[in-house]
Amino acid sequence: MRTESRLSVVPALTILLLLGPIAAGLVGTVLPAFGLMKVGGGGSFSLEPWHMLFAEPGLFQAAWISVKTGLLSTLGALVGCLLLVAGWQGTRTFSALERLLSPLLSVPHAAAALGLAFLLAPSGWAARLNSPWLTGWERPPDLLIVGDPGGWALIAGLMAKELPFLMLMALAALPQINSRERMQVVLSLGYGRVRGWVLVVLPALYSQLRLPVYAVLAYSMSNVDVSTVLGPTAPPTLAVLILRWMTDADLALRGIGAAGALLQLAIVVGGIALWRLGEIAAAALARRAVESGQRSAGWRDQTGRVLGIVIAVLAGVSILAGLASQAVWSFAGRWRFPDVLPAQFGLRSWERHGESALDVTLVTLGLAALAAIIALFFVLGCLEAEHRRGRSMGRAGLLLLYLPLILPQIAFLPGLQILLLQLGAAQGFLPVLATHIVFVLPYMFLALSGPFHAWDTRYATVAAGLGTGPEGVLWRLRLPMLLAPILTVTAVGMAVSVGQYLPTLLAGGGRLTTLTTEALALSSGGDRRAIGVWTLALTAAAWVPFAAALVVPRLVYRKRQAMLHG
Amino acid sequence: MKHILAAAMVTLGGAAFAEPNPADWDAVLKEAQGEIVYWHAWGGATTTNDFIAWVGERVMNDYGVALEHVKLTDTADAVSRVVAENAAGTDAGGAVDMIWINGENFIALKDADLLFGPFAEQLPNWELVDAEGKPVTVDFTVPTDGYESPWAAAQVVFIYDSETLSEPPTSAEAIAEWAAANPGRFTFPQPPDFLGTTFLKQMLFELVEDTDRLQEDAGDDYAEVTAPLWAWLEETTPNMWRGGRAYPQSGPRQLQLINDGEIDLAVSLSPGEATAAIANQQLPESARTFVLDAGTIGNASFVAIPYNANAKAGAMVVANFLLSPEAQLRAQTPEILGYGTVLNMDALSAEDRAAFDNLELGVATLSPAELGTALPEPHASWMTRIEQDWRERYGVAN
Repeated sequence: MRTESRLSVVPALTILLLLGPIAAGLVGTVLPAFGLMKVGGGGSFSLEPWHMLFAEPGLFQAAWISVKTGLLSTLGALVGCLLLVAGWQGTRTFSALERLLSPLLSVPHAAAALGLAFLLAPSGWAARLNSPWLTGWERPPDLLIVGDPGGWALIAGLMAKELPFLMLMALAALPQINSRERMQVVLSLGYGRVRGWVLVVLPALYSQLRLPVYAVLAYSMSNVDVSTVLGPTAPPTLAVLILRWMTDADLALRGIGAAGALLQLAIVVGGIALWRLGEIAAAALARRAVESGQRSAGWRDQTGRVLGIVIAVLAGVSILAGLASQAVWSFAGRWRFPDVLPAQFGLRSWERHGESALDVTLVTLGLAALAAIIALFFVLGCLEAEHRRGRSMGRAGLLLLYLPLILPQIAFLPGLQILLLQLGAAQGFLPVLATHIVFVLPYMFLALSGPFHAWDTRYATVAAGLGTGPEGVLWRLRLPMLLAPILTVTAVGMAVSVGQYLPTLLAGGGRLTTLTTEALALSSGGDRRAIGVWTLALTAAAWVPFAAALVVPRLVYRKRQAMLHG
Repeated sequence: MKHILAAAMVTLGGAAFAEPNPADWDAVLKEAQGEIVYWHAWGGATTTNDFIAWVGERVMNDYGVALEHVKLTDTADAVSRVVAENAAGTDAGGAVDMIWINGENFIALKDADLLFGPFAEQLPNWELVDAEGKPVTVDFTVPTDGYESPWAAAQVVFIYDSETLSEPPTSAEAIAEWAAANPGRFTFPQPPDFLGTTFLKQMLFELVEDTDRLQEDAGDDYAEVTAPLWAWLEETTPNMWRGGRAYPQSGPRQLQLINDGEIDLAVSLSPGEATAAIANQQLPESARTFVLDAGTIGNASFVAIPYNANAKAGAMVVANFLLSPEAQLRAQTPEILGYGTVLNMDALSAEDRAAFDNLELGVATLSPAELGTALPEPHASWMTRIEQDWRERYGVAN
C-alpha cells in the first residue's frame, strides 16, 4: 500500500516539475513588463516598458519576420513531410529516406544551421562546386543569401531541420490509424496515391500530428539559435531582439525585454490560432474534393510524389552536406574561394581545440545524462501509476506535456533569469538542470508511452499467478523487457538536452559552458575551423547516446536474442 | 567535469572574507592560492581564447590560481550580471571575478561604484608599465583611477588583401571613392559591435572640423558636429557589401569574408591581428595592414574586478601576471596574438628588452613608426549617441 501511495504522487510531482519553472518564468516576465519587480528593487505599475517597446526602431519588421518565417517554414516542412509519406510510404525508396532522415532528428539546431550557412553563402560550398567553370565567378558574387531581409535562408534552414521531426512523428502515428487498410480501399476506387492519401489517411493522421505541428510552429516563430545564424540582422527576428535586451548592460532594458517576451507569446498564440483557421479551411476544401469524386491519378499525382521526394531529399542532403563541410573545415589548412576543398589538410584545429572540446563534451553529456535519468524516473513513475490506476492520460494531460514545447522559450526563460537574480539564487548547474528537465521530460514521455503500453500484460498475469507483486512485475519483467526502448528514449532525452541553448545560457548565467553555447559563441567570430571542431563534437554528443542505445541491448541480451524485440 | 565541481564549490562556499589589500602582495598571493577566478572575456576569437588558456596554465603552475574563461558573446553580459547581482543584494561571492573591459562598460561600472579597487597601480608589475606613453590611465577620456589594469595596447588599423587591392584608401574620402568604384567590397561590423562603433568614431575623427571638440561631452551641437559623418554614410552605404543591407556580426567575421574573397578591407583594433590570422590560415598570405594618413584611434584593453567578486586576490594575481614581461611578450608575438605591449621598454631588464627587440613583428604588422601616435578616444557620450542614431538609420533599414 505504501508504494502505491508513493507512486500516485509521481504524476503530481511531474506536473510541478514541468510547470514550476514555466509558471515562475511567466511571473518573472509579466511583472517587469508592467513596471513591477524592477531589477534594483521597487517599481510600480506602469505601461512604460510597452511604450518603450513600441518606440523601438524596427520592432514591427522584426515581429513580421518572426511570423513569416515561422508560418512558411512550418508549412513547407509539413507539406514536404505529408507528400513524402503520402506518395512513398511502403516503398523501398521510403525506407531508404527514413534511414537518411532519422539521424538528422538529433542533430542540434545550431549545428545544422552553422553547416547550412556555409553551404548557402555566395562563397559557400554550393557556389564553389560550380565556380568558376559554370558560373564564371572568380570571386563570390555580392548576393544577400544568408541573412537575407526576407528571411528565406532562415525558412529553408528551419524547414530542413523540422521535416525529419514531423516525418518521424507521422510514422509513429500511422500504425494507430490503420493507414494501410484505408489506402487499399481508396486505391481500389481508382484514386491517385497522393490524393487518396490526403483524403482518407490525412484527416485521421493530422489529429495525431496536430500538437507536434504546433510545437514546430511555436519553435520556428520564436527560436534564437537558428535565427542568429541564418536570419536577417537589420533588424533580426523578435526573439533575437528580446535576447539582446535581456542581456544588455543597461538593466532598464529588461523591462522592454519582458514586454517583448509577452509580445512574442502573443505572436505565437496568434500564429497557432491562424494555423487553426487554416486547418479548418483545408478541411473544408478536402470535403469538397471528396464530394467532387475526382480521382487525379495521372500526372498531378506524380507531381505531388516528385515534389515530396525532392523536398525531403533536399532537406536531408543539405543538412548532411552542411555537417560534412564542418568536418572538412575542422581538418582544413588554407582554403579560399573558389576551391572546393582545402589546399592542405591537417590536424591543427583538433590539436588546438580537441582537448577543451572533449572537456566540454563530458560536461554536456554529464548534464544530459543526469537530466534524462531524472526525467526517465518521472516518466516511468507516471506511466506505471497510470497503468495501475487503469486509466490513461487524457487530452488535458497531453496538452500539459506539450506546453513546454509550444510555449516559446524566450517568453519565460528570461523571466526565470530575472526571478533567480531577484532571489539571489545561485545560477549555474542546478537551475540549468531543472530547466533542461522541463524540455527533456515531455519528449521522453511521448516517446516511451507507446512501447510501455504495447507491452503484453499477459506476462504480468502469469507472473501474478506465480505470486509476484506489482513491484516485482515492474522491476523484474516490464523494465528489463523494455530495456531497448527505454535506452532509446533516454538517448532522445539526452539529445534534447544537448541541443538546449537558451535554457543553458539564461539559467546558467554564463557559468555553464556546453557544446551548444560554445558553438554559438564561436559563430559570432569567424573561425570556421574552430566552429567545425565544435559542431562535430556537438553532433557527436547527440549521436553517441543513440549508438549506445543500439549496442547495449545487444550486449545485455546476447544470449536472449528474442528479448531484443521485446 | 571540473566546471561542475567548480560551480558546486562556488554555491557551497559563500562565506565572506576581508578584502585583500593589493599593497600587501604576499598576503594577496597567499589568499589567491587555490582560488578559482572566473574571467569573463569575449570568446569569439580562437587566438585570444588560446592565450587566456595559456595564462590559466601559467597562473596555476606559479600561483595555484585556477583560471576559468567564461566566454562571452558580448562584454555587456558580464556587466549586466554584476549590476543585477548588486540589485539583488549579492554583495559577496558574485559570479564574475574579472572582466575584460574598456570604454562604456568600464564607465558604467565605475560610475555605479561596482568595481573593486583601486588596485591597478599597486600591482608589483605596474612599475614596468609605460604610464606616460600608452593610453593606460585614461579610458574613453575617463581616468581609470586604478580601477582597471591594462594588459594590451590597441590601435585602429585596416586589413586588406594586397593581391586584390594594390593601393588601399587611406582617408574617409578615399574609402568613399574606392567603394563607389568597387561596390560590394567594403563593410564594417554591425554596431553595437564595438569594432563597428569604433569604425564610425574613426570616420567621425576623419570628417569633423575640430577634433578637439570630441574630447568633451556631446552636447547641443551633436547634430551639427556629426553631420559630415551621416553625409559620408549616406553616400557610402549603398556601395557597401550587400548594399549595406547586412553586416558581419563581429570583427573576426570580416577576416572570414576577406579569406572567402567577398570583401577587400576590414577594420581591426589589433595591429598584429592580420599576422596572427595569416599564421592561423584565416587570412591569405598576401594580407597586409595600413593606417589612415591622419592617424587612427588608439586605446587599451583592461581587466577590472567587480566589487563583489568571489576571488579578488586570485584576480589580482592574474592581472599582475598579464603585465609580466613573459605574458606581454607572448601577447605581442604575432603568430600568437599580436597585441601591442603596454610595458615601458626602459623599465625592463636588459634580457627582457632584448627579447622584445628580437621579436619579429610579422609580415602584416606595421612598425611603431608606421603606426604613428594614436589619436585619443572621443568622449563616450559621442559613441552612445552615434550608436543609437546609426541603428535607427541603418540598423533596421530593411
